[in-house]
Amino acid sequence: MVTHDAAHDQHAQAPSGWLRAYVFSVDHKVIGLQYLMTSMLFLLAGFGLMLLMRWQLAFPGQPIPIIGKLLSPSLAPNGVMTGEFYNALGAMHGTIMVFLGIVPLAVGAFGNYVLPLQIGAPDMAFPRLNMMSYWLYLPGGLLMLSSFILPGGAAQSGWTSYPPLSIINPGQTVWLLAMVIIITSSLLGAINFLVTTLNMRARGMSLWRMPVFVWAQLVTSVLLLLAFPPLEAAAVLQFMDRVAGTSFYIPSDLVVLGLRHRASGGGQPLLWQHLFWFLAHPEVYVLVLPPMGIVAEIMAANTRKPLHGYKTIVLGMISVGVMSFVVWAHHMFISGMSPILSNFFLVTTMIISVPSVAILTCLIYSLRGGSIRFTTPMLFALAFLPMFGIGGLTGLPLGLTATDIYLHDTYYVIGHFHYVVVTGSIIGLMAGVYHWFPKWFGRKMDDRLGRIHFWGTLLSMNGVFFPMFIMGMAGVSRRLWDPTAQAHNLTTQHLNVVSTASAYLLLLFQAPFIYNFFHSIFKGQKSEENPWQATTLEWACPSPPPHGNFEKPPCVYREPYDYSPRGCERDYIPQNVEAA
Amino acid sequence: MNSNYSMGLPIAASTFAKDIDFGLKLIHVAMLVIFVLWGIFFAYLLVRYRRREGVAAQREDDHGLFSTSLIPDIVVLIFEIALISLYAIPVWSRIKIHSPKSQESNQVALVAEQFAWNVHYPGPDGKFGRRSPDLVHFSNPIGLDRDDPAAQDDVVGANELHLPLGKTTLIHLSSKDVIHSFFVPEFRLKQDAVPGLTIPVWVEPNRVGHYEITCAQLCGFAHSLMRGEVFVENPEEYQGWLKAQAAQAPEPAKAPSTW
Repeated sequence: MVTHDAAHDQHAQAPSGWLRAYVFSVDHKVIGLQYLMTSMLFLLAGFGLMLLMRWQLAFPGQPIPIIGKLLSPSLAPNGVMTGEFYNALGAMHGTIMVFLGIVPLAVGAFGNYVLPLQIGAPDMAFPRLNMMSYWLYLPGGLLMLSSFILPGGAAQSGWTSYPPLSIINPGQTVWLLAMVIIITSSLLGAINFLVTTLNMRARGMSLWRMPVFVWAQLVTSVLLLLAFPPLEAAAVLQFMDRVAGTSFYIPSDLVVLGLRHRASGGGQPLLWQHLFWFLAHPEVYVLVLPPMGIVAEIMAANTRKPLHGYKTIVLGMISVGVMSFVVWAHHMFISGMSPILSNFFLVTTMIISVPSVAILTCLIYSLRGGSIRFTTPMLFALAFLPMFGIGGLTGLPLGLTATDIYLHDTYYVIGHFHYVVVTGSIIGLMAGVYHWFPKWFGRKMDDRLGRIHFWGTLLSMNGVFFPMFIMGMAGVSRRLWDPTAQAHNLTTQHLNVVSTASAYLLLLFQAPFIYNFFHSIFKGQKSEENPWQATTLEWACPSPPPHGNFEKPPCVYREPYDYSPRGCERDYIPQNVEAA
Repeated sequence: MNSNYSMGLPIAASTFAKDIDFGLKLIHVAMLVIFVLWGIFFAYLLVRYRRREGVAAQREDDHGLFSTSLIPDIVVLIFEIALISLYAIPVWSRIKIHSPKSQESNQVALVAEQFAWNVHYPGPDGKFGRRSPDLVHFSNPIGLDRDDPAAQDDVVGANELHLPLGKTTLIHLSSKDVIHSFFVPEFRLKQDAVPGLTIPVWVEPNRVGHYEITCAQLCGFAHSLMRGEVFVENPEEYQGWLKAQAAQAPEPAKAPSTW
């Protein structure tokens, strides 16, 4: 491990050679950008899978235009997707978005690039481990994607992979292998972030002087570190059930399509669900906390005043993190688990909403008394608040056992968690891209294109997800290849068309973003060191920062958000400035 | 048509449906009120504190941990405690924890499989015949042992569940292969069927009619096609139907020894 001062010497020399500098780099900034590009590509890929599914949902049984002809006849005969292919798209959409898209973007990209800068460190604590995380993530992700063309196809048992379905369905083995690799990558990253945050802080950067984003990453890495190992172990057990004849999750006396299953049995299908959700619920906060941290940073800089209740926000994040380990079985109210146990998880689930409400309230109160600049990143950050609010509120009838009996596994659930992770997390991450882009590339993104991207994205996202609440209330189940096969779904089938049209619109509105992103890297307006007049340390080094980040180790003298201090001409004092 | 259509919910057709609907309506009204109030406050802040020339941001005093921002939290906490203790736990206990005694209720076994709902009625004797996975055959999908005396009057069907109106029916829910989920939107009733477990589910239908059973848990490529029907009939009609079915119960079918 490198200590703070030794690291400065060690990193004084930038690597020579293209391969060491850009491909197998140990520089946290290069790795951060590698994560950024890769995870955004995966987000686009996962979105693409969903666009195919949305066609089938809106127009079941009709050939997919253009793309339908390109698909193999075994997946989509005459351009109409089969049930197997639909399920494969569904499982892969969820897996890619969560494990290969949002987590690597939130943690791998933003965490890697911004966290060491914000704490004034020259690099991560374990630079080689950091490189290894990326080089496990990329092949793991490619293996996951390649399962579409491997024999057996892609996994088709949902991103949740409940056995025994996942044991008897094709495609699952590669999914499990890829998951083990991806989880290992995340674990290495988590250890690295934890050690870096605790050991590599600049002089004067006490815990209570760390920006909210750093706190969010710190809590996130603890969640990853504690929640991922059970899933990794669980995935290995499922892998054994598939290839080695074990029966961890397979009960006795299975009869599949008229034939006795070969497994000896004696296993428990519900065991997987407990292990899976023990990871996957904290995982929700892994998806949400870093964007919350990003939103807090952007709001402080663009309201020109300190955050309201900085300590409340931080303690809220810590309590959310702790509580997230005792709520997992609210995903299992109707799973066949003891209904008496449900009462415990009902209570913990309601309690976890308290710190979440506290964080949101503090963020909204932060606007009071401000001088709000409606920059593009600020628009995204502001949109996060009401949109994430809808996501949180609609969790209420799902977390309450009684109403969950009806709403469980309906489109209401899909609407709820997409409001949380799409209009919440992804909107927050978008805000971060616009906010830190000048730091990454030394140039600014175009503001007008940014606004088109923002309004188009916000409106079409709501068009995709809001109808899902109405469909859920009408009792439409999720994961249906042909919703029109069930009579009670017909009353809301037109909403599927609305949702699908909005999804295509959402794709369209990503075009200005993609163009803006790449065009601005090369041709954007040049940006100085601190274009937003912000106070945190990442703005105290050149844009983009050189190898080793800071010319000399920075020293921290104040709280993270010293905006509009009384009796001061300038409306901000950076953390590394001593005198007011 | 019944007047109990609202908020896009299907017709309510069981005794506990109104309790679930009450919760759904209450929570949605509360959500709407919270969202609108927050929305107005949020919009006010954005307009009031937009950047203007010559107006600097006003820094507030640090309130520490217990600032006014905790007021919404306290309101939410009180609302949630009330919801848990007065609504969720009582309703959940009634529907899911306290199952009716089997002697006092009408009984039926539902055996889910890819992609059908097998229905097993105990017949007039009220006793289920023995089932064995070894006897499962295309002509005997639940593996009913017709040599068992209790099985003699049993009625087996698929995708058609007949239930008497106004009587509690105890459903013994199980699965042969993967996890399925028994869902009848009009009953507001959902329960996963897990292989290896037999889960008790009960319902007291209070509206004659014909509703859809769907599978709510992904169970394979034809998951969306896994549907059945519930017929809620007057008790006399139900008894008549059951007797007629029992009379024409098929000859004992045995699995051929070749597979």
